[in-house]
Amino acid sequence: MAKKHHTPMLDELEKGPWPSFVTDIKRMAETGKDACADLLGQLELSYKDKEGHWKHGGIVGVLGYGGGVIGRYSDVPDLFPGVEHFHTVRVNQPAAKYYHSDAIRKIMDIWARRGSGMLNMHGSTGDLVLLGAFTDELEPIFAELTANGWDLGGSGSALRTPSSCLGKSRCEFACIHAEDICYDLTQSYQDELHRPAWPYKFKFKVDGCPNCCVASLARSDCAIIGTWRDDIRIDAAAVSAYAAGEFAANGGAHGQDVKLDIQKDVCDLCPTQCMAWDGKTLFINNKECTRCMHCINMMPRALRPGVDTGASILVGAKAPILDGAQMGSVIIPFIKMEPPYEEFKEFVEKMWEWWDENGKNRERIGETIQRLGLGAFIAAVDLEPDPRMVKEPRSNPYVFYKEDEVPGGFDRKIEDYRKRHAR
Amino acid sequence: MAERLTDIGPPKYDSFWPQVIKDNAGKWLYHDILEPGVLLHVAESGAKIWSVRAATTRLMTTMMVEEICKIADQFCDGHFRFTTRNNVEFLVSDLAKLEPLKKALAAAGNLPIGGTGACITNIVHTQGWVHCHTPAIDASGVVKSVMDDLFEYFGSHKMPAQVRISLACCLNMCGAVHCSDIAILGVHRKPPVIEHTHVDKMCEIPTTIASCPTAAIKPSKVDDFKSVAVNADRCMFCGNCYTMCPAMPLADADGDGVALWVGGKVSNSKSMPKFSKLAVPFIPNEPPRWPTTVKLVKQIVEAYAQGANRYERLGEWAERIGWERFFEKTGLEFTHHHIDDYRFAATTWRTSTQFKW
Repeated sequence: MAKKHHTPMLDELEKGPWPSFVTDIKRMAETGKDACADLLGQLELSYKDKEGHWKHGGIVGVLGYGGGVIGRYSDVPDLFPGVEHFHTVRVNQPAAKYYHSDAIRKIMDIWARRGSGMLNMHGSTGDLVLLGAFTDELEPIFAELTANGWDLGGSGSALRTPSSCLGKSRCEFACIHAEDICYDLTQSYQDELHRPAWPYKFKFKVDGCPNCCVASLARSDCAIIGTWRDDIRIDAAAVSAYAAGEFAANGGAHGQDVKLDIQKDVCDLCPTQCMAWDGKTLFINNKECTRCMHCINMMPRALRPGVDTGASILVGAKAPILDGAQMGSVIIPFIKMEPPYEEFKEFVEKMWEWWDENGKNRERIGETIQRLGLGAFIAAVDLEPDPRMVKEPRSNPYVFYKEDEVPGGFDRKIEDYRKRHAR
Repeated sequence: MAERLTDIGPPKYDSFWPQVIKDNAGKWLYHDILEPGVLLHVAESGAKIWSVRAATTRLMTTMMVEEICKIADQFCDGHFRFTTRNNVEFLVSDLAKLEPLKKALAAAGNLPIGGTGACITNIVHTQGWVHCHTPAIDASGVVKSVMDDLFEYFGSHKMPAQVRISLACCLNMCGAVHCSDIAILGVHRKPPVIEHTHVDKMCEIPTTIASCPTAAIKPSKVDDFKSVAVNADRCMFCGNCYTMCPAMPLADADGDGVALWVGGKVSNSKSMPKFSKLAVPFIPNEPPRWPTTVKLVKQIVEAYAQGANRYERLGEWAERIGWERFFEKTGLEFTHHHIDDYRFAATTWRTSTQFKW
């Protein structure tokens, strides 16, 4: 008979309309998966104690890789032996998380045989996360995964698994081929991904447009965000159709019955006020546009990004640990992003070299930049200062002039000064 | 070992694309959300693809994946994808399959359709007590409880704009919740308890000392054991020392709980991206259904839904009416914990006589 623990608190999570992870794990437990039964048992104990029951880390992995597997052990293994080892295997997801049932079934087959049968679709960084393996199973799991065309993602002080939005595959807003950039970076930097060698983690995320559906500017050390330099494309007939109430506002996001008031909903909400509507024609002063996407979001059938497309590169985003949360800062306002992305990779390698040399242990690049200054960083990556890099110029007067910026340098003789000025 | 494969990377992104995407990638013309959870994309060629979005639990079993595969086999030639917010999308290029697909999802009972447009979509979250070693709260149980209560807003377009809720079970924020409309964050409130007999065995003392952002840790000798001491007045409960040193756990049933943060966004649309700001400093852990957390999230959502203009994100609404008004409208208490006292604190203080009564 399948193992089962008394879980009165977790049973409460089987109620209600939202899908229940408890119900799902219970049915897997009923097939004889002790790991599932014991996970629920241990979780019930955590609900009772209001404290987690996993030990602190543990170094496990597969041969030749410095990451991709996170060690985890129960601190109550006698009660729940099925989760005594509960290591995580991060499987690098395909960009934009497209799957075919044939391919994913192969992973599921490996995982149901050799692991707990529980997983995350997906982890926060993007990996398909297999949750709960015993140490002895790690090498066989890895061998079977790679034999089926899958590899591990990143962990530790390494390049973490890059991720992207679905980009050009199914989005008309995509200004760059987000999935191809994500795949190319993943393949180009396999060594950096699998063998941690840096001060701390480093994440790439690729967003096809400034709507930032993968939150690149909040969640990645290097955000690649699609944008354009020319004019928004206007389909005048479609603008008229919006005005006539033939199309739903905002791509139907508020229901098909909600129509658009072009003046109020589009022009008046434009942050730069660069649009005008006279009841017949929509004018956009593209030179003043900051490409926020609002008007395009509002009328996707009438407006499209321009065709001179590329990316803005923002560096340094991270969650709060340690100095507080940071968003990425604009480092490259515009760069063309065409395969093989050589110009971008040259920048990336300069950036890593500087961080590797200057970053302290467990310091994200955003913190290194904060500590040493944005000026020092852009000099290291051979970029010129640009007002687009800042919200406003400095308001404090303490400029760190370098000696070579001042005629005659810093080396002066007090005797010369005293010839002109009595003591 | 000679044939050991390494560094092959993931399958190429287009390996699993349905044919209609292979044919039309980069040539999509526009999209239209036909009803909650159902998106239509139309290509320059006139080709169409319908995507039906459904919620998943993120934490699932191989049996759940098999359920998804079966539906994908039946209606989508095996193709499906996941979104960044833990939803699954079933893709069809034949309109005749759309209604039967929706019926099959409704019949499945555990794949509710929704998550598009002006809704409250699925919660991005972390592992909590299911797998993590540093959590202050559970993740999956809190998400389940909150989404049960907000369920009507997942499968509808009743919000003024999209509402993105995220959960991270400690300040490490693997969930990077710091730019969410509503963030549910696990917080500790007690300094680490030090296992002096084991600090020197389990930890590197200099690295542990260096890990503290406020320099609250110093070396100390306790009963002949080389250990550390923590200045409790300087501890901000970040848990960074515990990450470096397993002999300094923070977790505590009474100390740990939930904080709620509001008004963040990552999109550049209209206003600049924003950080989430503190709304509720602390709610005790209340397993299994976290009723106070659920109630206060709903309270924020309802105040926003009532007060915001259409297309206005939660943070844009709060900034328009003013944060003093936000606390009035939501009925939340403003306390001394809401006033920042860390590194960038001064940037958040009011330096103007402009405020509302």
